[in-house]
Amino acid sequence: MSALAEAEHFVRAPDWTWYILFYFFLAGLSGGSYAIATLMRLSNRAYEPAARVGYYISFVALLGCPVLLTLDLGQPLRFWHMLVNTTPGDEGPIFRYWSPMSVGAWALVVFSVFAGLSFLEVFVKDRRRSSDRAEPPSALGKAFNVVGTVAGLFIAGYTGVLLAVSNQPVWSDTWALGGLFLASGLSGSAALIGWLAHYRRDGESSVPGLVRSERLFQVLEVLLIAVFVVTLIPTGALGQAFGYPWFVLWAVAAIGLIAGIFGPGSTRNEITSGGVVAVRRSAAAAIVPATLVLIGILALRAAIIFSAQ
Amino acid sequence: MDITPGQAYGFFTDTSVCIGCKACEVACKEWNMLDGNEPAFGDGYDNTGSLDAQNWRHVQFIDNVPDKPMTVGQGKAWLMMSDVCKHCQHASCMEVCPTGALIRTEFDSVYIQPDVCNGCRNCISACPYGVIEQDEHTKVAQKCTLCYDRLQGGLEPACAKACPTQSIMFGPVIELREKAQKRVEALHAQGVPEARLYGADDDVYGGLNAFFLLMDEPEAYQLPSKANAVLPSRNNERGYLTLLVTGVLAALGGLIALRRRREPSPEPAMAGPAPAAPAPAAPTPAEASSAPAAERS
Repeated sequence: MSALAEAEHFVRAPDWTWYILFYFFLAGLSGGSYAIATLMRLSNRAYEPAARVGYYISFVALLGCPVLLTLDLGQPLRFWHMLVNTTPGDEGPIFRYWSPMSVGAWALVVFSVFAGLSFLEVFVKDRRRSSDRAEPPSALGKAFNVVGTVAGLFIAGYTGVLLAVSNQPVWSDTWALGGLFLASGLSGSAALIGWLAHYRRDGESSVPGLVRSERLFQVLEVLLIAVFVVTLIPTGALGQAFGYPWFVLWAVAAIGLIAGIFGPGSTRNEITSGGVVAVRRSAAAAIVPATLVLIGILALRAAIIFSAQ
Repeated sequence: MDITPGQAYGFFTDTSVCIGCKACEVACKEWNMLDGNEPAFGDGYDNTGSLDAQNWRHVQFIDNVPDKPMTVGQGKAWLMMSDVCKHCQHASCMEVCPTGALIRTEFDSVYIQPDVCNGCRNCISACPYGVIEQDEHTKVAQKCTLCYDRLQGGLEPACAKACPTQSIMFGPVIELREKAQKRVEALHAQGVPEARLYGADDDVYGGLNAFFLLMDEPEAYQLPSKANAVLPSRNNERGYLTLLVTGVLAALGGLIALRRRREPSPEPAMAGPAPAAPAPAAPTPAEASSAPAAERS
């Protein structure tokens, strides 16, 4: 079906606010970091130190996800009802492929296995004293990471599909949110890994590659924001999404994108007087662009979540 | 009236005879032990505002009083409608519920099981009629049950029982549809062409078990028109497809961006301790030739 013409909504807002905002943020970082870490592993063994940073981020960010989701529930102690049907006479596991929230709950469980085991793997390897501590995983290990990446990419982006599969204005007037949340989650993850890689003695050589990938993800994000706008125009929801006061959040998101795509800086390569490209400067200086990018993706999610309610 | 499990029951609400007495609201609260909210008057006679966790019936007072004096018979001062959950055949709330708390009963009504619901509020974002709200005491989603407990006991819903003008009629949906069709035809014959049925056929959400006779466009009563009556699942395929395409593009692009290029060593003045990582793989001639002279600053 084509986009709705002059969509009218009489729906009530679900009051998904701060817990959900930060869940969406952490889910984007967790899934995105895992995916980027795997891409680094698949690309070159020299990325292994930075890839491990990615797996650490993925696991730590994931720890907050179920906590935030549970706290947001009206009945937090019934969090397990997402997975188990307690309807009398119909007890047992419940999976509803047509409900993104149901699919997402199961995906979170599946992804936590991958994120947890990958975290353990890199944690154990990093504590080895032998010379093989920097060894990348076997082919089987990489295959495990690839499967986990599929789950990670889903976790990073399904939250946008969840919003779209509703009858809320803005959210349901577009189909671009899943891709948009995924692209922004990846760009934030690349920025975060690129910053934290400075703190690994052998991680900084990965920064240029991360910068390139971060820029690519952000270009993808810009394209999807354009799709988001185009899909909202015929439904009349553009003013609601970008009007006062939400344009402030969009401006913050834009600053993050500009900082990532065009910004000079510490995690960026620099042209020296001799025309030589420098790899990095310092971890301390790297925090500025990375922070701007992360605040930007948080603001983007906030603008989308709050403007519709 | 015999109420038989396995048969579809519902409401036919004829707004042309609603007098706005709110007996339905009171009866609903009495039977279902709903405390109600503090009365809140706006610029009309509506002191309950909307359907919510405490108001499973809500009488809308739609002010159509003309700004200028009208001649006799021209003024339609008020539209009144006792609103309620529509118990849709294609229910948006049931589509998105992840826990199975929303079920269709043996009377074909849509019912929220309060001991299964965990308060995720996904159904609230989906219901196109703004019917459902999370109760602030029980912290689960609440809405009209079609007096499920009364039906099980062979009693008609409290609101229909209390309605003094028979604006709210309860019965088997098939019979109600026949009544509604006769009523709208009678109104048309009496010179009331604006009378129309809403939800009596399958145009809106596959048919509503609680349907209405309206005296104006559906939008005047905060009801989505046929064109706007869409299910949340319409965005499932498109949403996931966008996610898939983005994921594939990002993965391929990421692999390309992460190819090792010929990157010079840090300048001595800027360099810290020598990296312990294995040296990057030597670029192929193709990679070397494609590597930019300098990255953008």
